[in-house]
Amino acid sequence: MSGPGAAVCPGVKLPGLHLPPIEAAVLERYAAASGDHARIHLDDETARAAGFPGVIAHGLLIMAYLGRAIGGWYPEGALRGFSCRFMAVTLLGDRLTCCGTVVTLTTNAAEQLTELDVSVVDQHGGLKLKGTATIAAPVDDSE
Amino acid sequence: MKELDRSRIGTRFPTVQARVEAREIGAFARAIGDLDPIYFDESAAIAKGYRSIPAPPTFAFCLKMKQQTESPDQLLWSVLGTDGAGITLLHAEQSFVYDSTICAGDALSFEEHIADIYEKKGGALVFVVLETRVINQAGERVACFRHTEAARRDP
Repeated sequence: MSGPGAAVCPGVKLPGLHLPPIEAAVLERYAAASGDHARIHLDDETARAAGFPGVIAHGLLIMAYLGRAIGGWYPEGALRGFSCRFMAVTLLGDRLTCCGTVVTLTTNAAEQLTELDVSVVDQHGGLKLKGTATIAAPVDDSE
Repeated sequence: MKELDRSRIGTRFPTVQARVEAREIGAFARAIGDLDPIYFDESAAIAKGYRSIPAPPTFAFCLKMKQQTESPDQLLWSVLGTDGAGITLLHAEQSFVYDSTICAGDALSFEEHIADIYEKKGGALVFVVLETRVINQAGERVACFRHTEAARRDP
């Protein structure tokens, strides 16, 4: 098969998706697009009352970035499963990188399944989110 | 937060329905900085083998949230028997299972229930697990979400 995931073996690290620093405008745009207008993401005072230094990014925004990275790694694959634990909050100014490592490849008659370990880290290497993803790609038997 | 009320496990929320709109997918993709043409141009999506413009992986979760009359926080406060004062809710875990790709034009129903309620650290943290089945216009399950929210007392 010709998909970009075809040559990728277990243990291989996929190219990191480096994101620009998180800004308030990014969180406002995501709030509008996602419908999550929780004050803790938009209002410093609310976030400080909860013990944070300022607004925190939406957890699902960080997971969406990871989804974007997966779409870049496997544009011809179908995502079958995507699961994450949120490990630490993301603050304004954080520069995030989405990471993926191939864990297993399994092939049956119809498709190839790739299991990834995925994570998002900040500029200090701090872990924001970690999880797994399963991608299915059709097996091309014409080769 | 009151005493942990595990009797609410299994409670179903009202089913919400929504049509997947190409324009909303485009706005969502732009908000996460994803400028892949498949999210903006139906012919680009079809050329890549999609029926129409596909929804990014976490989009449908947000689509559900937009239809609910209570905010996610209000919904969870009601589960926990609190008005939210002095409580912070944090997304702890999220998982998605996808049976097929959701695309613009699909009409989805979201059936959500409380799958679990439990506590850690002697009650300082309470976790609520919400499960949502997503059904399309043909009556087929297209996705399932599992959302774990942590509620903690403010310092």
